[in-house]
Amino acid sequence: MAKVFTKTKMLTDVHMHYCPGCTHGIVHRLVAESIEELGLQDKAIGIAPVGCAVFAYDYFNCDMQEAAHGRAPAVATGIKRCLPDRLVFVYQGDGDLASIGMAETVHAAARGEHITIIFINNSIYGMTGGQMAPTTLIGQKATTCQNGRDPAVNGYPIRVCELLATLDAPYYIERVSTQDVKHVLAAKKAIKKALRFQAEGRGYSFVEVLVSCPTNWHMKPVEALRFMAEETSRTFPLGVFRDKSEGREEK
Amino acid sequence: MIKILLAGQGGQGVLSAGKILAECGLKEGKEVSYLPAYGPEMRGGTANCSVIISEEPIASPLCNEPDVLIAMNGPSFHKFTPRVKKGGIVIVNGSMSDCYAGRDDITVYDVAANDIAMEAGDIRSANNVIMGVLVAVTKAVKDKSVIGCLNEKFIGKPALMEINERAFRMGKEAVISD
Amino acid sequence: MSKILLHGTEAICEGAIRNGCRAFFGYPITPQNEVPEYMSVYMPKVGGVFVQAESEVAAINMVYGAGGAGVRAMTSSSSPGVSLKQEGISYIACARIPCVVVNIMRAGPGLGGILPAQGDYFQATKGGGHGDYHLIVLAPSSVQEACDFTYRAFDLSDKYRVPAMILADGMIGQLMEPVELPPMRPLSDIPKKDWATDGGYGEDRRVLNSLIIKPEELEPHVNELKKTYDLIAENEKLCEKYMTEDAEIILTAYGTVARICKSAANILRKQGIRAGVIRPITLYPFPSEAFSEAAETAEAFLSVELSLGQMIEDVRLAVNGKKPVYFYGRTGGNVMDEEEVVKAAKNALLKVRAGE
Repeated sequence: MAKVFTKTKMLTDVHMHYCPGCTHGIVHRLVAESIEELGLQDKAIGIAPVGCAVFAYDYFNCDMQEAAHGRAPAVATGIKRCLPDRLVFVYQGDGDLASIGMAETVHAAARGEHITIIFINNSIYGMTGGQMAPTTLIGQKATTCQNGRDPAVNGYPIRVCELLATLDAPYYIERVSTQDVKHVLAAKKAIKKALRFQAEGRGYSFVEVLVSCPTNWHMKPVEALRFMAEETSRTFPLGVFRDKSEGREEK
Repeated sequence: MIKILLAGQGGQGVLSAGKILAECGLKEGKEVSYLPAYGPEMRGGTANCSVIISEEPIASPLCNEPDVLIAMNGPSFHKFTPRVKKGGIVIVNGSMSDCYAGRDDITVYDVAANDIAMEAGDIRSANNVIMGVLVAVTKAVKDKSVIGCLNEKFIGKPALMEINERAFRMGKEAVISD
Repeated sequence: MSKILLHGTEAICEGAIRNGCRAFFGYPITPQNEVPEYMSVYMPKVGGVFVQAESEVAAINMVYGAGGAGVRAMTSSSSPGVSLKQEGISYIACARIPCVVVNIMRAGPGLGGILPAQGDYFQATKGGGHGDYHLIVLAPSSVQEACDFTYRAFDLSDKYRVPAMILADGMIGQLMEPVELPPMRPLSDIPKKDWATDGGYGEDRRVLNSLIIKPEELEPHVNELKKTYDLIAENEKLCEKYMTEDAEIILTAYGTVARICKSAANILRKQGIRAGVIRPITLYPFPSEAFSEAAETAEAFLSVELSLGQMIEDVRLAVNGKKPVYFYGRTGGNVMDEEEVVKAAKNALLKVRAGE
């Protein structure tokens, strides 16, 4: 029988703990495949966050450090500054990156650390059971805003790509989605580009990936993908916000 | 062992004089400590530091009861004179202070350091005038150590080196001729 | 090698650099700003890394990353900033990443004041952050020791894979004294770390982690930590004894305060009172034996601290009820002088002789 698919060797054989329909696993694969395809596996050091992806250190088949909640960009700074020829990638969710770790996020970007951040935006705290995130959409229900996010009480969602694009240092910032195959393929391209830019010594690269959370959105997986396509990406428009390789400074 | 408290206002060179004293002690093979008072006072207010020069290892680096007080201005003179050890010495910059100590168990040397420094060529050298006085009355460190340290500090600025040395010598003479 | 006059903060930096520290991450806070300032100049000169972090929280996590990558890394701060670092220190302790944290203590609680204090003894020696862990805590009392202990802290931390802390009061930071600097140690001389996450893949990959979610795995992990702490206690306790053999009263203090106590003991001796001083050098592990031995002969102990009384608890545990332990402390950034200690010591002797 012809072999039609091989799992990347950059992922371990550990069974992932993600819920059915969650697209975290897809993003893991995209990152892992990209590193392998770039031939950078021997140089890779990953930082796992706190949140749904907390066990990422079990899944990526390379040296890994597990960071405290929100501190992954600081940890990555420490590693990359000491070992500038390594590929240092950070994998963080929205609570970790845009709430408790916003200071580390903004400052690592402002310093232009030569690291790659993969930002998983599912607009909810998944691991802890569906609380409101800094990215929760207006009107979206969460366990800590049960009638839906009300700007008068809860404020507005934070658009991280747009925010980081106000800084001078970042080399590459793009927002992609996992809502369908076409978008997944585009996401892969963005992630690979981001990692390549780091390996080429160009600077800070950041890819935000919209991910579904059927469990905490209380939707069927397909419904959740549709929600991402129709709702999430309206608040968080997809696109390139910075690509210095194309001379693109602003969207 | 000699405990010296140097005090004045920011910019009068109190801390740098203290450091030079400590450097001199070190050059002469003695044990030394230099402890600047730090705090909000560092900014524009009063400045003071404690210097201890000793043949023995120094236990406490504090000079709560100094053997010698160098007071570069009036507020420092009045604030710290009561703390000086019985039989101790106060050297006061007469250009910026009166010299009424309110006690007769200490010796007060009143030297118009600013005026002498101006005569030497630069008012900023008033601290060196006072160092001259200190060396003359206490022999805490040697002349050549002070001159050597000052020259190292101002290396490449021969004009200042000359003024500093002149100020130092004039300070010495001011008390010796008394 | 001849001695040079150095600030305590500079001596700490030199001790670090000369023993292979090649990464420093810090954030400004008085009274330790001279440390990051010095490091910003000298780290690049030795091919090391200096980053002014956005916060103390970020700084300690940069240390986590750098230390985890196998590089000797350090951060420094003062009390409120060290409180902010506690989260990271706890993670570092669990992940067993060697590093050195410097705390130039100022007066607290809260924002407190910027003058010298020793109010962080509990925080430093009992753990500080959450969970079961300890740091190796060294307390210098001179500028020479500030250099030597920082140098030593890197070796101890690497040897046991336990983070080390230099606990100094604000005076040590500002004090200038002659120092004989140790020679610059070549990096090739520092043992390699076979656990470091310095880039690796597949079977050779390494993970540094403080999440051990299965109880059957976490318990052995913390038990292993405990074993390490016991081993450190067996091997590394240090203290200085000053005229203790025949002492009626033992003054005890660490850091600069111990020097004030030595002066006080000298004065007391001149007045016919046989006073001695025990100065713990390692605050964790605490040199208990020195106290239990002295308790055989001394009549009383006096713990002298720039706090409301913290180390006294360890002193009492060590003396174990054999003799009374009294306390004299100042707070708020005020520093006692020798005469205050002399008076407190005399009072202590009066009390013990009156059977109080």
